[in-house]
Amino acid sequence: MNVFVPTLILSAMGILFGLALAFASKAFAVKADARAAEVREVLPGANCAACGYTGCDGYAAAVVSGEAAPNLCSVGGQATAEKIGAILGLSVGAVERRVARVKCAGTSAVCGTKYDYEGIADCAAARLVHDGPSACGYGCLGFGNCVKACAYGAIFVRDGVAEVVASRCTACGMCAAACPKKLIELLPVDANYTVRCANMDRGAVTRKNCAVGCIGCMRCVKVCSIGAISVKNNLASIDQDKCRRCGECVKVCPQKCINYYDCLLTREKVG
Amino acid sequence: MIVRDLGIIALSTILVHNFVLSQFLGICPFLGVSKKLDTALGMSGAVIFVMTVASAVTWLVNRYLLAPNSLAYMQTISFILVIAALVQFIEILMKKFMPPLYNALGIYLPLITTNCAVLGVALLNMRDYPDSLARATVHGLAGGLGFMLALVLFAGVRERLELCDVPECLEGLPITLISAGLVSLSFFGFQGLFA
Repeated sequence: MNVFVPTLILSAMGILFGLALAFASKAFAVKADARAAEVREVLPGANCAACGYTGCDGYAAAVVSGEAAPNLCSVGGQATAEKIGAILGLSVGAVERRVARVKCAGTSAVCGTKYDYEGIADCAAARLVHDGPSACGYGCLGFGNCVKACAYGAIFVRDGVAEVVASRCTACGMCAAACPKKLIELLPVDANYTVRCANMDRGAVTRKNCAVGCIGCMRCVKVCSIGAISVKNNLASIDQDKCRRCGECVKVCPQKCINYYDCLLTREKVG
Repeated sequence: MIVRDLGIIALSTILVHNFVLSQFLGICPFLGVSKKLDTALGMSGAVIFVMTVASAVTWLVNRYLLAPNSLAYMQTISFILVIAALVQFIEILMKKFMPPLYNALGIYLPLITTNCAVLGVALLNMRDYPDSLARATVHGLAGGLGFMLALVLFAGVRERLELCDVPECLEGLPITLISAGLVSLSFFGFQGLFA
């Protein structure tokens, strides 16, 4: 049998493909911006997507192309933003530090239960059964999907409600994505006055289920002189951009679901 | 007649001789990327694309290069070479001319250069459809579609599995393999379709 022909054909194919690929990679090369790699270097690499892009690589590419601002990385904060600015020669505005906040204060002491849940200890699984065992259909289920999602150990469950340790929180938003009730939002670190409730039931229904639920009584709206508070679907919300931190709303809230909470002063132990 | 023939090839490849569930080709990506629906769709898109193109190109290579020199025994090694080069080439072209498609399929393309389902479809074509380029190509396309069907179905199964209280000794891969076996078993129900 002739060994020569098959060897020749196979080597010819190999060389031909090699040359074609080499040619193609030159001819169809896409210019990659070298700065993207540098920017990627200074990013934390958590791939948390808090910036709104698909991981750190995506954000690096977007920053270099000018599509994204250099101060969107909440995990790296001010330091990272300044490094990116140095690479790209941009001046960087202040990075607004944000903290995850839980919009529920319905601990087991103040919020009742609909039924005894004995299934898997997982918020998403519990929610499938009549919106979960909590009497309030909107509140925290306390099985801690957010705790499992947090890479920084900054969230824990106390008395059936998740709480955030602000000093550890990087505002990556993983907990917010993990919460099936969508109870966690990222707020500026100085947002001292927040509505810790997400209940949209009518006032009478809310009051029956939870002692600290927002009943949509409008008192906070009336007392707020700058119109930063609005009530929609029986639920008050505070516009943190307008709020001047005067604290009048706390004084009038009959349900005490608006309260004062300074994340910078509060030091909590993870329990 | 040819249309009916191609239709039968397509249906039997997707349902009866499903590459993943009946022929056990391409199990690695089947288990690897079926955790989430969106990665499953991205991977399947890349597989459909590569299997179709690879079927056509390997058929041509066999017909005009290997067969005339009676080198059929070199099919496996030369097809590996052809498929690997082809996928690389497509990736380069895609990156240049179709960036959105590249972003969607990009990371999956290098993964399937050595996917045995792709090599499998090329070799099965030589066994079953050595005389018809159209049949071989449809076989490749349907093989990819069958791969997508298996992957998407199984991604759904695995998403449900996440919420189940699995015994500790079966957590993770064991329960995944057991459910893959059950899905495969259900596809054997199609066996009598073209009897």
